[in-house]
Amino acid sequence: MIKTDGKPSGNAAAGRTGAAIEVRGLRKSFGDHVVLAGIDLSVPAGTVFALLGPNGAGKTTMVRILATLSAADAGEVAIAGHDIVRDPLAVRSVIGVTGQFSAIDAYLSAEENLLLMADLWHLPRRAGRQRSAELLELFDLAGVGPRPAFTFSGGMQRRLDLAMTLIGAPRVIFLDEPTTGLDPRGRRTMWELIRRLVRTEAVTIFLTTQYLEEADQLAGLVAVLDHGAVVAQGTAAELKRRIPGGHALLTFTSASALEAAARQFGDRASRNDEALTLQVASDDSARSVQDLLAGIDVDAVRHVALHTPDLDDVFLTLTGQTGKEQS
Amino acid sequence: MTVKVYPLRDTSTMLRRNIKQELRDKVAIGAIIGIPVLFLLLFVYVFGGALKDSVRSASTPAYIDYVLPGLIIMTAAAGLIGISTQASVDMTAGIIDRFRTMAIFRPSILIARIAASALQTLVAMVAVFVIAFALGFRSDAGLMRWLGAAGLLAFVTVSLACLGLAFGLAAKTVASASNGPFPLVVLPLVGSGIVPTSTMPAGLRYFAEYQPFSPMINTLRGLLLGTPIGWSWLIALAWCGGLGLLGLIWSVSVFNRRDRQRGTPGPGFSAAAAG
Ligand SMILES: Nc1ncnc2c1ncn2[C@@H]1O[C@H](COP(=O)(O)OP(=O)(O)OP(=O)(O)O)[C@@H](O)[C@H]1O
Ligand SMILES: [Mg+2]
Repeated sequence: MIKTDGKPSGNAAAGRTGAAIEVRGLRKSFGDHVVLAGIDLSVPAGTVFALLGPNGAGKTTMVRILATLSAADAGEVAIAGHDIVRDPLAVRSVIGVTGQFSAIDAYLSAEENLLLMADLWHLPRRAGRQRSAELLELFDLAGVGPRPAFTFSGGMQRRLDLAMTLIGAPRVIFLDEPTTGLDPRGRRTMWELIRRLVRTEAVTIFLTTQYLEEADQLAGLVAVLDHGAVVAQGTAAELKRRIPGGHALLTFTSASALEAAARQFGDRASRNDEALTLQVASDDSARSVQDLLAGIDVDAVRHVALHTPDLDDVFLTLTGQTGKEQS
Repeated sequence: MTVKVYPLRDTSTMLRRNIKQELRDKVAIGAIIGIPVLFLLLFVYVFGGALKDSVRSASTPAYIDYVLPGLIIMTAAAGLIGISTQASVDMTAGIIDRFRTMAIFRPSILIARIAASALQTLVAMVAVFVIAFALGFRSDAGLMRWLGAAGLLAFVTVSLACLGLAFGLAAKTVASASNGPFPLVVLPLVGSGIVPTSTMPAGLRYFAEYQPFSPMINTLRGLLLGTPIGWSWLIALAWCGGLGLLGLIWSVSVFNRRDRQRGTPGPGFSAAAAG
């Protein structure tokens, strides 16, 4: 239950822009190690925002600060208009957080975990039971019965964790690598759940991920975090366009066919005589593929593979280094 | 915006959660009752024959009468291990961080932990008393002395729970939270619990007389059996107040510390979970 006394507690900038999350000059170090070196970002209400970065980039640090778990060294953050330092309780009353590691009560059953959250959100008894039953159904946990959560698989724990985050109907949701550790099917299910959430509940979602594809699937806006700074921001499509990592890999049946095709493409291609392959810059649209194949003898092509840019390409391009562990 | 806070409601929610956990963790409750009962059997049946002459007096005709108060105090120390382990599981499993992101009355997390643990330990003490009566323990105490004993034990239990909470919150791993406090469980044995301190060599005797558990044991023994108490009761209360306060202050400061490096659920977790 939330009482509003009309006094604005948040910072004025966020109030004006109507952003659900407003971050200005956010800095954080652990000792000498600068993890966030002045981050600015703004997430409009009702959208999905993805923070993309490799291991150690500072994604979790960022989420922990926005979720009032950790204190920044400098900068201003407003969540739904509430300043995280001046009014953390107001922030907590509108957010839901699913951390990188499951935060469930292992001794309780799925339903008991959800009812615990409902009680802590101060939902009326009946509303809590009803919402819990809906979420168990939605997250495919309705059949698990009274067994304690420590018997669940990683994927089930992840789903329960997200269901616990949603039970109080938070308006701003933080998801730290929500699909890491899930199998491909689990990942698709999670994506579907997140999309449905945005469609039906009009929430704002701030998620972190190491996969451009995931950001692409879910987010309107993507920011790339590297060594504590946002090195690129935009839609996933915009980011991909800036990245020349997209290519088609053609494998030929003979050296002469490779030779002929290589002459055809000139500068656009790089060849590998041993593997009889030719790598040609291209995106993954049908039009590009058609253009690509139009000029060559398709009977001499054994195999075509399309490579769309992934996080490695993003990092290689934007930072001039591979997306390996940063420390 | 003013967010309404619900101290009582949140505390009772947390208390229900913690009691449920305790009821499901059969290994822990088994250990809290089992450790003192094991020592009880050991001292009464194995060593009792040899030791009984050193303690025989009008008020302690049987060795079990002499030894039980020490083992009841040992139960409180075993309870300290229980709360330390539970607090550490909560911290390392991330659920505390989840609570911290919610608009709840934060002290409820610690208050409920202490209350649930104290309840568990007091129930365990009743079980140890029942077993001791079945084995021949007798007390001539009247209602007032029993009430005094109950009050003393409640105070001892709560203050040790505060200390155990701090150990658990501060521990880096669940294993260290559950093994670290173990010396405290056997500390009552190196006091006035098993044999009178007057039978010990000088250095050890000095330690045994002044360690915190001895005045608690002496007070409890006096209440149950009518042996002289002297100033033991005051020293016992002072120790409990001091240790409890230390535990509380330490707990709150660890709990409010941000940027903890998170640990991983260690072996203690699965051991407890398997029960
Ligand atoms: N409590 C802490 N104390 C000291 N250093 C820390 C602490 N928390 C994080 N760090 C350091 O800050 C850096 C960023 O860590 P963070 O967990 O935010 O990365 P991340 O982007 O979430 O990585 P991952 O993809 O592996 O989850 C790392 O180098 C980490 O070692
Ligand atoms: Mg992380």
